[in-house]
Amino acid sequence: MVKRLMFEKPLGMRDTLPFFYNQKSKARRQLSEAILSYGYSFMDTPLMEYHDTVGKVSATLDQQLFKLLDQQGHTLVLRPDMTAPIARVAASQLKNGEFPLRLAYDGPVFRAQQAEGGKPAQFEQVGTELIGDHSSYGDAEVIALLVDSLKQTGLDNFVITVGHIGYVKAFFSDLLGDDEDTMETLLHYLYRKNYVGFRECVKSLSISEEKKQALLELLSLRGGEEIFEASRSLARNQSCMQAVNELKQLYRLLKVNGVEDYIQFDLNLISHMEYYTGILFEGYAPNLGALLCNGGRYDTLLPSFELNASATGFAVHLERLVEALNDLEDQDERIGIIVDDDSYAKGKRKADQYRKEGHAVLLQHVDQIPDLPAFYAQLANTIDLTQVGGGQDE
Amino acid sequence: MNKRLTIAMPKGRIYEEAAELMKRAGYDLGADLEESRKLILEFPEQNIRVMMAKPMDVVTYVEYGAADLGIAGKDVLLEQDRDVYEVLDLKISPCYVAVAGVPDQPLSRIAPKIATKYPKVASDYFREQGEQIEIIPLNGSIELAPLIGLADRIVDIVSTGRTLKENGLVEYEKIADITSRLIVNPVSYRLKSEEIEHMVTNLSDVMEGIK
Repeated sequence: MVKRLMFEKPLGMRDTLPFFYNQKSKARRQLSEAILSYGYSFMDTPLMEYHDTVGKVSATLDQQLFKLLDQQGHTLVLRPDMTAPIARVAASQLKNGEFPLRLAYDGPVFRAQQAEGGKPAQFEQVGTELIGDHSSYGDAEVIALLVDSLKQTGLDNFVITVGHIGYVKAFFSDLLGDDEDTMETLLHYLYRKNYVGFRECVKSLSISEEKKQALLELLSLRGGEEIFEASRSLARNQSCMQAVNELKQLYRLLKVNGVEDYIQFDLNLISHMEYYTGILFEGYAPNLGALLCNGGRYDTLLPSFELNASATGFAVHLERLVEALNDLEDQDERIGIIVDDDSYAKGKRKADQYRKEGHAVLLQHVDQIPDLPAFYAQLANTIDLTQVGGGQDE
Repeated sequence: MNKRLTIAMPKGRIYEEAAELMKRAGYDLGADLEESRKLILEFPEQNIRVMMAKPMDVVTYVEYGAADLGIAGKDVLLEQDRDVYEVLDLKISPCYVAVAGVPDQPLSRIAPKIATKYPKVASDYFREQGEQIEIIPLNGSIELAPLIGLADRIVDIVSTGRTLKENGLVEYEKIADITSRLIVNPVSYRLKSEEIEHMVTNLSDVMEGIK
């Protein structure tokens, strides 16, 4: 074992220094304002949960869970997302509440990462869950709220890509019958974003050329509303048609909400192998190498907590949002009052006066400032009471 | 306004073939790019920027978004398991990953040792075969390992098979075919979709002999 040096932290853990903390608070506040304005209520759950309940049903891979043991030997997990804990609460304490439930959260989640830079193991998610509304109106509300809350933070050039897992699955079962292994393989290629592997796998199948062509056509089903026609002509069974109709209806509602400019469709989008059951989406912003936010409809999570309800929601990766906003302006609006022994009382009165007006004021004895020019430089405004008339009151 | 694309190109063996392919697709990177020591080159008239990276690192640059696209070997993609779109098989520098060793030597029954540059590919393969092995990571001249008794087998890239032959080794099993792939960063794939689609179409036309 290497002896740890004083400044080291566990892999993937980061400190939030004041400048970044301020930016995060600001972005969090702006997101929350938008979320509250849609009538959602914020709540929180514990950082630790049982592996048997929340850990097992969460969308996070088991090897990414932080696990620990309690005194009785039960396996606990640090919550890897907020959706599963909220589902637990919705299915227990809130099950007699007013449905549809509109719940929101902001808090840290934990996912163990591989030994590599740039991927934090603890990060903050701000998100919503709409539980008990299985309509397109619900899907549209969640996406519109996501767009509105991102806009509220000042972000503008982002894109939300919307897919539909129901379409993909129905499409595969139409063309492949009950060959579930092949379906699973093809889904996995899409999930891994491996279109080369997908094409090779399709070419190697023993099905008609026409069917192969149709499977390959799936890869081109991305873009704007024009893909509805194409996906409709590719789809042949009832479930496919239903999925296309849901997408069309969703798009119509998103237009009513005025957020259609931020929306792209991609029927190859598979964010997770099992979790989502209908509409799903991911959001991207420039200057970020990775996902900004994601979400979708999940119908099997609540039943695993014995509540028969459909739900949909989104989660924004707060640190990545701050990175995307790239708001480097350090608006330090603090006022500094520099005093000496004689002017301390006067300084205190002045400080209180400013504080009452809502300013952040720091009162600092001059003897303790090692570098006066640097001290001045960090503050918006400084009042030096050490020179002008000392302790005399005005 | 078209968004500029940053492409990570592999230095070394694959570069010439990759550059030739790019040229046929309408992206002329010039002749002496590889001789130059510059690592970043701008081609404003084609609205692209080219980064020269080690082949093993191309995938990393693309995953983190430092480059929008890249040309990377399937061997690296298999080994590193990264979150990038694999959009096109460029069919250049074909070779394959194989298991090789000294002829007629059965795998040791207690903890067989496998020397390789590809620890993940090797352990995944042997696991699928129901074999628990120990990996000995090496960086080059892998063929040495079985000859001097460091390992029972090696897992390595084979293109002509000459190196194996000249060292008296034989190939036991083929693991996977390898060619270079066009890979895309997941965010660029969405935010620069038009520009990327354009380049993918140009390249795939070349692949299908249209251009």
